[in-house]
This record gives sequence, structure tokens and C-alpha cells, in this order.
Amino acid sequence: MFQRFFAELRAARIPVSLKEYLLLIESMDRAVIDARVEDFYYLARASLVKDERHIDRFDRVFGQVFKGLDGVTAATVELPAEWLRNVAARYLTDEEKAQIEALGGWDRLMETLRERLREQRGRHEGGTKWIGSGGTSPFGNQGYNPEGVRIGQPKGGQGRAVKVWDQREYRNLDDSVELGTRNIKIALRRLRKFARTGAPDEFDLGGTIDQTARHGYLDIQMRPERRNTIKVLLFLDIGGSMDGHIRLCEEMFSAARSEFKHLDHFYFHNCLYEYVWKDNHRRHADRTSTAEVLRKYPRDYKVVIVGDAAMSPYEITQPGGSIEHMNDEPGAIWLKRIADNYEHLVWLNPTPRPQWAHSPSCGLIRDIVGPQRMFELTLGGLDGAMRELSARARGNAPLLPPLPAPLD
Amino acid sequence: MRFEGTENYVATADLKVAVNAAITLERPLLIKGEPGTGKTVLAIEVARALGAPLIEWHIKSTTKAAQGLYEYDAVMRLRDSQLGDPRSSDIAHYIKRGKLWDSFEAPVRPVLLIDEIDKADIEFPNDLLQELDRMEFYVYELDRTVKAARRPIVLITSNNEKELPDAFLRRCFFHYIRFPDEATMQQIIEVHFPGVKQRLVNEALQVFFELRQVPGLKKKPSTSELLDWLKLLLADDIDPAALRRDPSKMIPTLHGALLKNEQDVQLIERLAFLQRREQRGG
Repeated sequence: MFQRFFAELRAARIPVSLKEYLLLIESMDRAVIDARVEDFYYLARASLVKDERHIDRFDRVFGQVFKGLDGVTAATVELPAEWLRNVAARYLTDEEKAQIEALGGWDRLMETLRERLREQRGRHEGGTKWIGSGGTSPFGNQGYNPEGVRIGQPKGGQGRAVKVWDQREYRNLDDSVELGTRNIKIALRRLRKFARTGAPDEFDLGGTIDQTARHGYLDIQMRPERRNTIKVLLFLDIGGSMDGHIRLCEEMFSAARSEFKHLDHFYFHNCLYEYVWKDNHRRHADRTSTAEVLRKYPRDYKVVIVGDAAMSPYEITQPGGSIEHMNDEPGAIWLKRIADNYEHLVWLNPTPRPQWAHSPSCGLIRDIVGPQRMFELTLGGLDGAMRELSARARGNAPLLPPLPAPLD
Repeated sequence: MRFEGTENYVATADLKVAVNAAITLERPLLIKGEPGTGKTVLAIEVARALGAPLIEWHIKSTTKAAQGLYEYDAVMRLRDSQLGDPRSSDIAHYIKRGKLWDSFEAPVRPVLLIDEIDKADIEFPNDLLQELDRMEFYVYELDRTVKAARRPIVLITSNNEKELPDAFLRRCFFHYIRFPDEATMQQIIEVHFPGVKQRLVNEALQVFFELRQVPGLKKKPSTSELLDWLKLLLADDIDPAALRRDPSKMIPTLHGALLKNEQDVQLIERLAFLQRREQRGG
């Protein structure tokens, strides 16, 4: 009946199953709705889409299948003028600046850029007018200036860029990937500390026998359930050069989600700055300040940072170095604050260890968090990281008193 | 049985379709949406519109799926038998029915609300799969199967704190209550405070939607907060002119009903301060 619709939905990667499709057919059969397109749309949406994040995609497929509309083109991007100005102030020669003035000044230039973005269709390389790569047009990427302004380059060359403009909707990490997470779970299992807290709702057989024998009558003893009390705070690098590792990170996230009861996660891009966010779809609207994270999560949290540490060194060391916003304080300071606050911290790096030496930013980050605290995101590395996290606190403030020496 | 909204509840067209599909096909309906958009109220109103009894099961982080079916109080029985209470010979005295059992054996087809299912453990929805699918379960202690005579209308709400398992989602209809637009909001206010002074409402709505636009609020005010605020404004008989945005006074009157977080209040105060300074400077 609606096979094409169903196939298109699946092609758009909306997780619809046969069961839901049959449910829709059954609803049509039982005349839940009147024969109106809007009602059919509502019904199809209620029975096929189970997550508000998919509704947008569903709408597009619905429009295509039932009205023959073209795919909705991407929303226009807003271009913050002051970024261009800053970049230009640093890198353009006076001659070039004069040329820009001749074009009608910055506002005019931004207007032109906007228009060209609208006019331009398809890929473009070389040339002097269109936005593309390798040319001398003021807009584009991979041009003669390695620190040029990047506009939507699907694969980052070295994983470095000075400014990214695209308001990309980074995918939220999906933690439902079960396949292949078993090994990771077993590695994470190293990080466990059981304690009995909460309401006594478990029957304590040993205690009951003991107390009954003491008192001479049946004395039921209850105790709280045994639970893993490890608390984990996860920071995930998202987008840019991390795109290549997304599968691995999904698996890792999925395993961690089910393994730890107290797990909180935040996303960041490339380096930690003054804010992080929980939901990539609302990352510009709904963010948490890093200072608040430091306040809210006590020092006994174990911190796991997942990121490839591949960025331009400016992004770590310079104020204003972030590729997405103007940051007053360099990323290094924020990293240092986190590393100082949380004694148990590891950095998991999905790139293989031999490559670390070739990335200056990786060296910088290892200096900040401590060289022994960066691990590869492999099973072996994970195992080491968990050992590091569960190791007794070092330094001046031990969390637990030392064990008494064994008697001879 | 069809749900068309009630005099107390403004249901949008898509919501009606979703509710009616769930009623007709006897499948659970999962409702998500921003806090305060009327997810729980929906169940109350559906029950009222259909004249059905409402059974509410509020989920907490400690709630177990089995508690919805029944609980066997073995400890009580053991104590009773120690004291020689004759009741202890009949196990049925120690079986406490849960909300699902109640709804399965209700004399009329009830509305069962499973409120905030995401508060519970991750395994919670999985543990209810069979029970919600077949609407029956087996009681080991009594050696009998409890089966729903009429399948209850099941409404489930979630605040998205945890992901729900796919197998569970497959069995439900889904509806996401979006934040109402201004026209729907007018209707909602009309339903709750009929004949409210139109001018006051217009002013209040404007202030409200502007407040929602302020970036960085910890908790954006939602419908239920707006209704509370209007109630306060009406009770105090505030003059609409006093509400009109006087730039020197950005904080709305009686803001306590709208802003629930002291950091948000501070943020608004700071913004107001900046605005005032700008005006003086320019």
C-alpha cells in the first residue's frame, strides 16, 4: 500500500520496522481517521516515528513521497561579520584590504558572500569568483593560506581549521549500538566499587540467622541492595576530525551508559572551553558553563575525556583560539582547571598511539592532563585507563586512608 | 469512543489523531514534550472525556516493573505466622495488587496513566513489554493468570531523561507535544480563564514570549507557569498598563510564577541593568 513510503523512510534512516508499518495499515483499515491528508500525516507520524529527533526527517520524506516535492535545501547560514574582520586584520595585506574596500566594504562583502552561497550549486574548485577550494576568492577553503576561513569542508585535511562557519547539526551520539560493545563493557567493568546504600529492600540471610540465634526468636534482617557507586563524568569531542571515529565513540558511549548508574555526559568541540553542552541539536541554545560543571560534580567523580586532540595549537593556547566562538580564556586554562579539580581523570584518544607524536596539539594536551593519563581508545588502552581511574588517589589529598601494614 | 478534547483542554488535531489511534487499536500512547505542556493533564482529560476511571501510576527511580503487577509481602506473612495469626495460611492475604492488575480487572474500560516512565531504571520498560502487549500476566503465588477483560487505554509520559528501548517503542503510538504557538496559547487561556480581559492577556503573552526568547535561561517558562502567572495577575487585578514594557523595568510583575531559578532572575536583572545603562549612554 505504502511500500515506497516505507522504503523511503528506511532509506532516510528512520528506524521503522514491519511491526509499525502493519500498525499503520491496521489503523487505516479500522478507520481511525477520516480520509484527509493531514490526518493521514498525523497518523503515520504517530505510528512510525518514535523519537522527536526523527520528525524532521520524516516530514521531508513524507513531502517527497506524497507531493513529489524536491528535498528541502539546507537552511541559509548566518555569517558573523566580526570573524572575517578579525581574520583579515591579521592576515590580509594592505593591498588586499584596499581591494575589499573597493568591493564596497565588509558589509557589502558579507552580502556578496551570502548571495554567492545562494547562487552556487555543486562543487567548485579553483577560479576567482565562486566559493570553493584552492582558489583566490576571499571565501573557501584549502586555499593558499592554510589558516583561511573554512566553509563546509566535509573532510578536514589535517583535522585543523581556524574557523568553522557551518552550523552543522552534529549527530548526537547514539548509545543504542549493542553490537560489539560487549568487550568494551567487560573492560569498563574494572571500574567498580560496590556499596550498599539506599532503602533496605533485600533479604539478608546471614544477618537473619545471626540475629535469630542471638535473640531466640525469628528476627528478619533487611539490607540495601549492592550497587556500583562509581560516578563517571564523560566529555565527548564531537564533529570535525572526530567524524571518522564516530562508530567507535558510539560503541564506547553505549557501553558506558549501561555500565554505570551515575554517568553524566557533555559534548565539546576540539578543546574544552567555558561551556559544554548535553544535546547537539540544541548546542547553541542550551549549554552548560564549564565552571558550573566543576561546581556541580564533586571531586570524587571519575572524569573520562574522549577526543582525538587533533586541532591547531592556537585552539589550546590562545584566547580567541576556538574555531567556533570568541573565548576569553585559552582552552589550556580550562583543561588545567578540570585536570586539577578531578584527581581521577583519563583522556581516551581514538587515534593510534604512534600518530600522537606527529600532532603538536596532542603533545600540548598530554602535558596539561599528564602524559601517563592519555590512553588509546582500544580495548587495551581502555583497560589501562580503567586501572588508572581506579588506582588509589595520588598526591597530597588521599581520598581513602592507607591500608594498615600486614602483620608479620 | 473518540476523543475530541474537552472544555478544559485544547487538543490540537495531531494530538487527537494520536489519541484516537491509541484508543481504537488498543495500543499504548507514548507522550513526550517539554515539562509543563500538559502531558499528565492529557490523561486526566481523556479519562474525563470518555467517562472512564483513571488509574495513575507515578514512576520513581526506585519503582520496579513488578510493583505494577503485584507484590508478595513474604516478611509480613512470616511475622504473622510467628504470632499465630490464622490469616497466614492463605497466601492471597499477602498479595498486594499493583496498578496494572487494577486496570486489567476494572469493571469499566479504564485509562491507565504511567507517568514519567523515564524516571525508572533502564530495564523498566523492557520488563513491561509482554504485559502491555498481551495485557496479561501470571501470578506464581496464586497459580493463575490475570488477563484484561477489556484492554485499558494506556497513556505513558516521558521527559526524555533516558532513552527508551526500541522493542518498547515499536509497540506504542508516539506523540510529541510541541510548545503551543500564540494562537493556541490564546485558546488555552480562554479555556482556563474565560472572559479574561483581552488586553491584559495580550500584554502578558507578549511579555511571556519575549521572556522565552531570552537566551541562556535555565528553565524557560512553559504553559503551566503562564497559567499560574495569569492567575496571580488576575487575583491582584493588575492594570494592563503596568505590564506594558517599561524599559527601565524589564523584570515582569510577579515574576516569581514565571522564573523558578534564582540564576534566571539574576540573568534577567543583569540584562535589564545593561539595557538601562545603554539607554543612558545613548
